[in-house]
Amino acid sequence: MTASTSGVITLHVNGEPHTLTVDHRTTLLDALRERLGLTGTKKGCDQGQCGACTVLLDGRRAVACLQLAVAAEDRAITTIEGVADGGRLHPVQQAFIELDGYQCGYCTPGQICSALGVLDEHAAGWPSAVTADVRPEAGPPALTDDEIRERMSGNLCRCGAYTAIVRAVAQAAKVVSA
Amino acid sequence: MTTATTGGPATRAVGTPHVRLEGRDKVTGAARYAADHPADGLAHGWIVPSTVARGRVRSLDDASALKMPGVLAVLHHGNASRLTEDFVGTFGPDATTQVFQHDRVPYLGWPVACVVAETPEQAREAAETLAVTYATEPHDVDFRPGHPGAYTPEEMAVGPACTEKGDVEAELAASDVVVDAHYSTAEEHHSPMEPHAAMARWDDGRLEVVDSTQGAYATARDLALLFGLDPASVHLRSEHVGGGFGCKAQVRPHLILAVMATTLLGRPVRVVLTRAQMFTLIGHRSPTAQRVRLGAGADGRLRALEHTALSATSTVREFIEPSAQYGRSMYDADGHRTVHSVVRLDVPTPTYMRAPGEAPGSFALECALDELAERCGLDPIALRARNEPAVGPVSGLPFAGRRLLDCFAEGARRFGWDGRDPRPGVRRDGRWLVGTGTAAATFFTGARPSTAAVTAHADGTFTARIAAADIGTGARTALTQLAADALEVTPGRVRVLIADSDFGDAWLAGGSMGTRSWGWAITLAARELRERLALGEDIPPDGLTVRSDTEQAVNSLAAYERHAYGAQFAEVAVDPGSGEIRVRRMLGVFAAGRIVNPLTARSQLTGGMIWGLSMALHEEAVRDTATGGLVNTDLAGYHIAAHADVPAVEADWIDDPDPDDPVGIKGIGEIGGVGSAAAIVNAVWHATGVRHRDLPIRPDRVVLMPRP
Ligand code: FES
Ligand code: FES
Repeated sequence: MTASTSGVITLHVNGEPHTLTVDHRTTLLDALRERLGLTGTKKGCDQGQCGACTVLLDGRRAVACLQLAVAAEDRAITTIEGVADGGRLHPVQQAFIELDGYQCGYCTPGQICSALGVLDEHAAGWPSAVTADVRPEAGPPALTDDEIRERMSGNLCRCGAYTAIVRAVAQAAKVVSA
Repeated sequence: MTTATTGGPATRAVGTPHVRLEGRDKVTGAARYAADHPADGLAHGWIVPSTVARGRVRSLDDASALKMPGVLAVLHHGNASRLTEDFVGTFGPDATTQVFQHDRVPYLGWPVACVVAETPEQAREAAETLAVTYATEPHDVDFRPGHPGAYTPEEMAVGPACTEKGDVEAELAASDVVVDAHYSTAEEHHSPMEPHAAMARWDDGRLEVVDSTQGAYATARDLALLFGLDPASVHLRSEHVGGGFGCKAQVRPHLILAVMATTLLGRPVRVVLTRAQMFTLIGHRSPTAQRVRLGAGADGRLRALEHTALSATSTVREFIEPSAQYGRSMYDADGHRTVHSVVRLDVPTPTYMRAPGEAPGSFALECALDELAERCGLDPIALRARNEPAVGPVSGLPFAGRRLLDCFAEGARRFGWDGRDPRPGVRRDGRWLVGTGTAAATFFTGARPSTAAVTAHADGTFTARIAAADIGTGARTALTQLAADALEVTPGRVRVLIADSDFGDAWLAGGSMGTRSWGWAITLAARELRERLALGEDIPPDGLTVRSDTEQAVNSLAAYERHAYGAQFAEVAVDPGSGEIRVRRMLGVFAAGRIVNPLTARSQLTGGMIWGLSMALHEEAVRDTATGGLVNTDLAGYHIAAHADVPAVEADWIDDPDPDDPVGIKGIGEIGGVGSAAAIVNAVWHATGVRHRDLPIRPDRVVLMPRP
């Protein structure tokens, strides 16, 4: 790598700053996995089509494979490793375990990060493609199974754990909003 | 098996829901899959696939690639180490392993080089810019019924290619009602979410490998054979595997190249397939063209059953999708014939994919039966009840239990089937036409020899070791429950270690035989251990270990037709204007032996049913006859069911005891995907009055098929 094809950047991951020299071509996903050892974020397609690499950037869902690491500087990055509060699992994680919202587990980090995004987006009143009444004054739609399915559709699961994932997200939503 | 414990204590853990033991690791990102293992000095390999469908590699500019930053090596047929030429692995002769052993290109996407570099970015850039020229030859990738190259072999991997009894033509001629229909299914791809990955390195004379495989022992053994190594010098692990479905059961190019590269460079090398390469290098399900002819009396009793199935294979290796097998154990008729044929094309080699044969075969036959029921004026369930065979239609063997009709009864009750108006095309809900459909399901119950070791420790805990794989099935947890019950202790005192080739020979996660085969071995060892402890045997400081090998027990299983059964139900809504089909609900009721862990069993069964949905409505790899390659080698173009496609899917089971079976467990990994597509297709007919016989039922097919 030469100075013209690499740069020194600082990534803020799960509250910790990491300064590293990266090849400019390095995606955020590869930087997390190969450089920072945070392999919880998975690579299912490397082209933005499966959701396995979903992380939160400043609290919003993003696919880390379509993001260059150099462009993620100064963003607050949350990966699956940063979802639990120390040893205490997040209600979404807990619900995935209890309701078996996974099988092989490979899509799971992405599903969980995506679910966190869904809960926040919903709480902020964002409508989805299946929201019947999208007028601002209608308020946030109920987080029905159909709403969860629609909002989680960027996260593929080849094991077909969908029904349990939807149940887990619904259960976690209740816990979080309680 | 030991007699002292038969009919022993009531089970405690087995049959009780248990969360996955590795659950915490999976939800926190701690679970390491094959591409997640770090290594000092790790180098990265990137495969260069051929861009032509047939021919020879003429030139390959590795000199330029080697000058690129970070590039350590360019492997290709001119410099690669030699592999065992007539390799015969776990699944027979397999020339797909002959990577870089010749300059021939048998299909578009065949590996022609592998660039190894310090970083993935450097490897990728060099791989993508590597100049390769080819001497091309005309290719044929056009799968179609009546292809002149089609032939019928003697044997398939799973049994005879043909079976025949009675006189089909005479029975058809004497039938009151005849159904004669052609069905087709699309080329499908396993598409596990985890792309295949392997890391290999030499450590003190031993090849240390991490691979995403469904069978650590089988893959290690095959790998040793392929490289001419002493099997004891290969150590392979696959602790967590991100889905397999049949495509991770064999030695694949990523693993071969990781071993070649680490041997050459003397440092750890990882090779990961790209998603696009997942469509060419790991097998797939061939498209099928099937014909079903049924002849019956006016009462619906079958007189003739003929099922013929054509699939495609590559020029490298013969693999036949055994679609016509389904009817061999399922339905009887005086005239009964099943025939497979296959055509060699310039395409990648297909392989076992979840419910091989049963998935496409049950679609054709269960849809044909629905047509027959309609013609006979019979309820589809009544038609199946009328055709329950007394013994195996082809084998003549008795059934070791066949609770198909009980599944239908329970399913019909829960689904609300009774009183269903059989008329098609008469239920409207706004822009939707609504209908319901049903189909039967079956999957054979096999077992394969396995070995296990169970150790008692002085502190009252136990460790079981077996080269099993947990590819999402919940095997790790189920085996812990089985071991705990056999030891008569709580699961918390048992640690089950899996997925390590050093644990000895064991069957792989395939054929719905994993938990049955491994559970058998674990149970035998655990029971003997418990008995020896009960007799007062001391536990030495390094533990008391009992080993088991089920080879003899498996081979002396009495000959029966052994199967799991199921009844599938679906409700769909079809918009005839847009062609959109929405599945509203699915229910599957299964008779699948002893259910070890209801929590994970339900997940496996519903997962299989969702595969049926995906096959019926979505999955279709489209091949371009001009280039010979697929046009949709990605997860946007090759659509698998996503959250929004999947409604409430329910799976449940009825008791299915078999006191004569030494294990009592049947496989549940595949049966969910049998009959589920047919139930949906039959529901689409009930909704619209149109018989769709080509899968997937794309919106354009709905729009273009005239309604009656
Ligand atoms: S790996 Fe990023 S979306 Fe698939
Ligand atoms: S749990 Fe296997 S892909 Fe979702």
